[in-house]
Amino acid sequence: MLAFIIRRIAQSLFVMAAVALIAFLMFRFVGDPVNQMVGIDTPQEEVARLRESLGLNDPAIVQFGRFVWNIVHFDFGISYQFRLPVTQLLAERAPATLELAVTAAIFALIVGVIMGVYCALNRDSWLARVFQAVSLVGVSLPTFLIGILLIYLFAVILGWLPSNGRGQVVKIGQWWTTGFLTGSGLKALILPAITLGLFQMTLIMRLVRAEMMEVMRTDYIKFAKARGLKTRSIHFGHALKNTLIPVITIAGLQLGSIIAFAIITETVFNWPGMGILFLKAVQNVDIPIMAAYLMLIGFLFVVINLAVDLAYGLVDPRLRVAMRA
Amino acid sequence: MPNPTPEEVKGLVGGGSSGLVTRLLDSDVMASFRSSKLTMLAALIVLLMFLGAFLAPWIAPFDPFDPAKVFLSDASIPPRWQEAGDPRFVFGTDDQGRDLYSAILYGLRVSLLVGGLGVMLAAAIGITLGLVAGYVGGRVDALIMRIADVQLTFPAILIALLIDGVVHSLLKGVSREESAIPVLVASIGLSFWVQYARTIRGSTLVEKNKDYVAAARLVGIPTPVIMLRHVLPNVIGPVLVILTINLGLAVITEATLSFLGVGLPPTQPSLGTLISIGNQYLFSGDWWIVTFPGLTLAALVLSVNLLGDWLRDALNPKLR
Repeated sequence: MLAFIIRRIAQSLFVMAAVALIAFLMFRFVGDPVNQMVGIDTPQEEVARLRESLGLNDPAIVQFGRFVWNIVHFDFGISYQFRLPVTQLLAERAPATLELAVTAAIFALIVGVIMGVYCALNRDSWLARVFQAVSLVGVSLPTFLIGILLIYLFAVILGWLPSNGRGQVVKIGQWWTTGFLTGSGLKALILPAITLGLFQMTLIMRLVRAEMMEVMRTDYIKFAKARGLKTRSIHFGHALKNTLIPVITIAGLQLGSIIAFAIITETVFNWPGMGILFLKAVQNVDIPIMAAYLMLIGFLFVVINLAVDLAYGLVDPRLRVAMRA
Repeated sequence: MPNPTPEEVKGLVGGGSSGLVTRLLDSDVMASFRSSKLTMLAALIVLLMFLGAFLAPWIAPFDPFDPAKVFLSDASIPPRWQEAGDPRFVFGTDDQGRDLYSAILYGLRVSLLVGGLGVMLAAAIGITLGLVAGYVGGRVDALIMRIADVQLTFPAILIALLIDGVVHSLLKGVSREESAIPVLVASIGLSFWVQYARTIRGSTLVEKNKDYVAAARLVGIPTPVIMLRHVLPNVIGPVLVILTINLGLAVITEATLSFLGVGLPPTQPSLGTLISIGNQYLFSGDWWIVTFPGLTLAALVLSVNLLGDWLRDALNPKLR
């Protein structure tokens, strides 16, 4: 077990090192950082001095080492567009993205599981067919189109919900802002969260349906029926419980991609999060922000992957045996 | 031996092509195709869209890119069946007075071109790397698969966004109109290759230990030839399914990038660009500018996905 943990951590470190290398190469070779910082009329000596003070004349390996050292200390440099530290820019916008992503994930998980269970237990009912059709559409429609559709329906025609921004936010502590505590904040969250969560919801629904149908065919369910247990306790006590382990794994892994896909949702709803910041950085070649965002997403994925793998090892005794071999 | 019937003669003499067609029509795959009405409908829609995209310059009533024929006075006309509609413009016009139906046909052309080329590039990269990784093995294999692992850490759309941003900043002198399509194809190709590589590597690992490969090696056939002429034909099967499913994903990726403003420019619109333009006019009540390109995109991707799902099941011998 210990060997397995060490190997997985080593793998994760390797992935992070690779991501850092890519970020560093972007920094170094896409656009000259000095050119971004000085004006046209800056004298040559000044430019040379700046270059020296930034360490751009050092060997590449030394520069990479310094780059990693800075990242470990949460120093991602200064944004070319805003002339502010990237860490500060990301920290200001992180709460908006995280609240949106977590809400979307919870929505996807709850609704997806309910729909999946219903479809598995009432396979031929018309509602199950409707759910199946919805899931196919959910997989096929691009996120931004779903967002536009929802805006048109609920904001333009019905006028029930706002179509952009976070509504009113409340400041908690040093830098966290939340929309959970105000009415307008909650209302503003509904449409973006549905848009962002819909794809994951259909994914979870299909998964739960398939897993549950599989479990319902197993011997221990037949035995539970033979023992005359209540249908309810068979379905939810025995079948659903055994379905949920893979579902939670996938849902956990999807949290990272929800945060990445928030780029699109945030653009459609003008949501002031990290995704919009990243998109503007791509459009304006603001490499420090691009690199920092890349590192952040990479870190999230690696941590989630690692946590899921380790949790699996703890939960499933069969895996523990396989690991020892 | 009795005289052969005309069909038999045709089958014998006509050789490959008609024999192949008959075989195809009689196959299990075709039988399952004919039994599913939904699949046939999806195939019909995909076929029509490909035809429309291919023939756009000839069948579109207007050339939306000819400034001499586009008039601002025609801007924002609703579809023909609406009261304020104009019989010349079936789906109405956009904010610049371009015929929406023509713009959609041309947009479909760009979307399918970028999506199709992107998927093919992805397949070419993935098949090559997968074949090399599986056949050569050792450190090469480890290196390629590690790269694949790192890339799988990120969603394809994020990688495409990054590549798009980086490449455009490297090509500072080139205008967006010229560079948009190649850059999009490259970013789609580089973000979707992993699945092909993993599939091909897996089957190559199995195939390379079979007797026919050992025999070819003993006869002294060079390794690249064994890989291309002997192993490749035996491992390429599953690629067709991945290609179909990825075409839908690639079209969505292109549309999303264009919608986000980093893909195709408004002067050379794809479906995504058209939707992005229409989105700005949603609140002023010009619903048709976003609706028709959106419906086209949705129908295209849905149909391609349905075809892909069917193909996966039809070619899977376990499900027969």
